Amino acid sequence: MFVRLSAAVAALSLLGSAALAQGAKSTDPQIAHIAYTAGVIDVAAAKQAVSKASNKEVKAFAQDMVRDHEAVNKQALDLVKKLKVTPEDNDTSKALSKQAADKLAELGKLKGAEYDKAYVANEVAYHKTVNAALETQLIPSSQNAELKGLLQTGLKIFQGHQQHAEHVAATLK
Amino acid sequence: MRPGRHLLIATALTLAPVAVPAHAATIQVVMENLVVLPAEASAKVGDTVEWINKDVFVHTATARNGDFDVTMPAKKTVTSVLKKAGAVEYYCRFHPNMKAVLNVAP
Repeated sequence: MFVRLSAAVAALSLLGSAALAQGAKSTDPQIAHIAYTAGVIDVAAAKQAVSKASNKEVKAFAQDMVRDHEAVNKQALDLVKKLKVTPEDNDTSKALSKQAADKLAELGKLKGAEYDKAYVANEVAYHKTVNAALETQLIPSSQNAELKGLLQTGLKIFQGHQQHAEHVAATLK
Repeated sequence: MRPGRHLLIATALTLAPVAVPAHAATIQVVMENLVVLPAEASAKVGDTVEWINKDVFVHTATARNGDFDVTMPAKKTVTSVLKKAGAVEYYCRFHPNMKAVLNVAP
């Protein structure tokens, strides 16, 4: 069954990309790819933060992000293997990756406290955006019950990260 | 029933309080799929809590008032003994949306 994902596309386009196709349809293999990509993006941002952050709490937060998102993505890979589903690249994933690469480059130019603040602020915004897409589109659109379950766990963990990031952001002010 | 069996049961019951001295209880708190169960639990000072983490993520049980802070590695169970009484709100430091209450009686 094909499901329109325009609202998720709209939510994800808050990330700043204009490349997202209007009225794109997403299938389970595409949804799996989008969710996996979202995790990979956060791991890359976190790895940059582990080496660049100067604040102890920011560094610890980044380490938590690497650990959790790698754990979620390992579960995702195990699940697609079990379901014999091949995650399928798509415009939403591509737009997410492009946007993330730009953000990584932008953050890479910052230093010290300025970097710490920008990284954490982006983490709050990023998790908020992904959560909105999961909640309103990716979860309702997913057809396979196990994929839906994993996305639901993913949503709870991302919501936890958003709150954690907000807490860290508050300590930096 | 044969009379001999009654005698055995009577003996066992008499011995029971001696063989099993009164001891503190053990309560279980389970963390699974980012949810803490039960959301509200009751225990007494001296009781042991078995913190059972069924997730692939590291969780903590961090008391807001500082009474305890337990870290549970992924898929591991950690035990701790309750030392102070009170209605303690706790949460996971890594996933602050995981929250629960432990009512510890003196």
